[in-house]
Amino acid sequence: MSQDINNKNEWPLWEVFIRSKAGLDHKHAGSLHAADADMALENARDVYTRRMEGVSIWVVESRHIRASDPGQSESLYEPANDKIYRHPTFYNLPDEVKYM
Amino acid sequence: MVQSFQEHFDSLIDREVTIEPKDWMPEDYRKTLIRQISQHAHSEVIGMLPEGNWISRAPTLRRKAVLLAKVQDEAGHGLYLYSAAETLGVSRDTLYDQLHSGKAKYSSIFNYPTLTWADMGAIGWLVDGAAIMNQVPLCRTSYGPYARAMVRVCKEESFHQRQGFEIMLTLSKGTGVQKKLAQDAFNRWWWPSLMMFGPPDAESPHTEQSVRWRIKRMTNDELRQKFIDVTVEQAKVLGLYVPDKDLKWNEERGHYDFGTINWDEFREVVKGNGPCNRQRLETRKKAWDEGQWVRDAAMAHAAKRKARKQEAANAA
Amino acid sequence: MKLDYILHLADDALIMGHRLGEWCGHGPILEQDIALTNTSLDHLGRARSLFQYAAEQFNSLTPELKSVQFSSVALQALVSEGKPLDEDDLAFLRDGWDFRNHLLVEQPNNDWAYTVARSFYYDAFNYLFFTELMNSTDTTLASIAEKSLKEVTYHLRWSSEWVVRLGDGTDESHERMQQAINELWMYTGELFDMTETDKAMQAEGIGADLSKIKSLWIDRVAQVMEEATITIPQGKWMQKGGKSGRHTEHLGYILAEMQFMQRAYPGMEW
Repeated sequence: MSQDINNKNEWPLWEVFIRSKAGLDHKHAGSLHAADADMALENARDVYTRRMEGVSIWVVESRHIRASDPGQSESLYEPANDKIYRHPTFYNLPDEVKYM
Repeated sequence: MVQSFQEHFDSLIDREVTIEPKDWMPEDYRKTLIRQISQHAHSEVIGMLPEGNWISRAPTLRRKAVLLAKVQDEAGHGLYLYSAAETLGVSRDTLYDQLHSGKAKYSSIFNYPTLTWADMGAIGWLVDGAAIMNQVPLCRTSYGPYARAMVRVCKEESFHQRQGFEIMLTLSKGTGVQKKLAQDAFNRWWWPSLMMFGPPDAESPHTEQSVRWRIKRMTNDELRQKFIDVTVEQAKVLGLYVPDKDLKWNEERGHYDFGTINWDEFREVVKGNGPCNRQRLETRKKAWDEGQWVRDAAMAHAAKRKARKQEAANAA
Repeated sequence: MKLDYILHLADDALIMGHRLGEWCGHGPILEQDIALTNTSLDHLGRARSLFQYAAEQFNSLTPELKSVQFSSVALQALVSEGKPLDEDDLAFLRDGWDFRNHLLVEQPNNDWAYTVARSFYYDAFNYLFFTELMNSTDTTLASIAEKSLKEVTYHLRWSSEWVVRLGDGTDESHERMQQAINELWMYTGELFDMTETDKAMQAEGIGADLSKIKSLWIDRVAQVMEEATITIPQGKWMQKGGKSGRHTEHLGYILAEMQFMQRAYPGMEW
């Protein structure tokens, strides 16, 4: 992504994911810099939960994230479109069967 | 149908689809964004200083805690915005270098001094008020990470203007000398606040392109007028005089007419000749330079810890 | 007596919060600027609760006791007018000799290592102290202690980690950390000094037994320092006086700045 993000002296960049309420998914909150994972977690608490926004935090170093290429989105997502057997409505069940 | 990258990008922009970091984008778009987002980030970080001045002198414990929390928010806003800029492939360190070397600009309002406690009120009310007016439209800007950062910023910013107005209100309902403090601060911050919206549209080189890219959604003059119309009414609530003898309601336009802004002063402050330009930059540079050994130590320690963990794993 | 005890705790919180607040805008990196400000806000929040409680205690004293409690001219004037005091009167109108904070917390920030060392000594103490104070028979103090303990647990984690990071970081950071630890050492003895107030409060089941905390504190500090490759100072000579109102020169400057508004514009709402 970048030529200059590998600056050796700079604390690495981390992505922060926060579960705002019990039962919900972790959601991307933003990023920050930290020297190591423990510090990243603490920084995340200090930076992104100042207004009590979270009950659980994940951090992952940004360089470990593999992102899909939007230019290839057709080859990645198209095949799933015809695998409708993954969707529950593909199956015809007799009306008597409830709660399935 | 085969589209060129440019056509595809243009069609996304025209359909108001958000551009994300990995999407193809014209080099001009990337550069303009980096410049705008980093200027905004720098403004937040430099903006901590004039108010930071008064944390140690806040008149009550409540005001002290609120001011501290507010200045802290500005650090947070700087951080969110630097992060957004980083998705465009430029590191925060590089952006700092540009700030410290004087290459990058930041909002010139922060080159004015904070002389009395009332300035905390005036800044919150006027400077944050103007900033919010600038920023709210950016929550729907075309670049995803920038828009998302702005949503967060705007959400947090709303308490800033309120606390400023509350300070002004308390002063204006206070003793004679407190009223005087409020008016004095208003006098000093009014015109620089109007300059925050940038030069008149006729002289603003980037406006047209930026509006198309939704990096900007209203022009400088439109926003300025909106700010004046709103703020003049608020000043009435405070019982303060707007320091502009030419200010007059224009029935026909449905807006306030206002006096001439001193653009010479604006240009000089932007160029570095404001009352506090040098000291603001020096302060930030000093903090950054004196923090170098701290940042290095944390990296060195992280490396040691990692190596030890590796060693232990190998031994096992 | 209890008023003195509450004020001692309140002054500690205020002065520590004030000192940490001085870093805001000047930290080594934005993330840590924000972290330290959070801690500063915790201390200031505790200061407010304690000053409010102290004001309550003061306002219920007899007029005779009120008039001899503080040397401050401004406070005496308020008392003679029959006005009840509030948190801000206590924070902004007393002079140094009425302040009861530890000498440790008024020491200047100097550099990051010095700030970390001061926090570390104080946080380790606070953690143990509030654990004890939770058992206070005074329900207000016990509930303040309970809330504070949650905050202090995080403060101690933060400062311990930085002691380790700097101690076991680069040569320069190690040297700076060791020096800060050495220089602040002589202000740690006062943390365990049982004044007459402490003794009386302990006897009543209100205050904590500081002698009980001391050995736990040494263990905790030693453990972190070992990990940080920092040598524990051996000095036996300790400075004290803060808890009885004899401070270092630093406090006067803190108050001159902090109290400026209330002194220059007395008796106004802000």
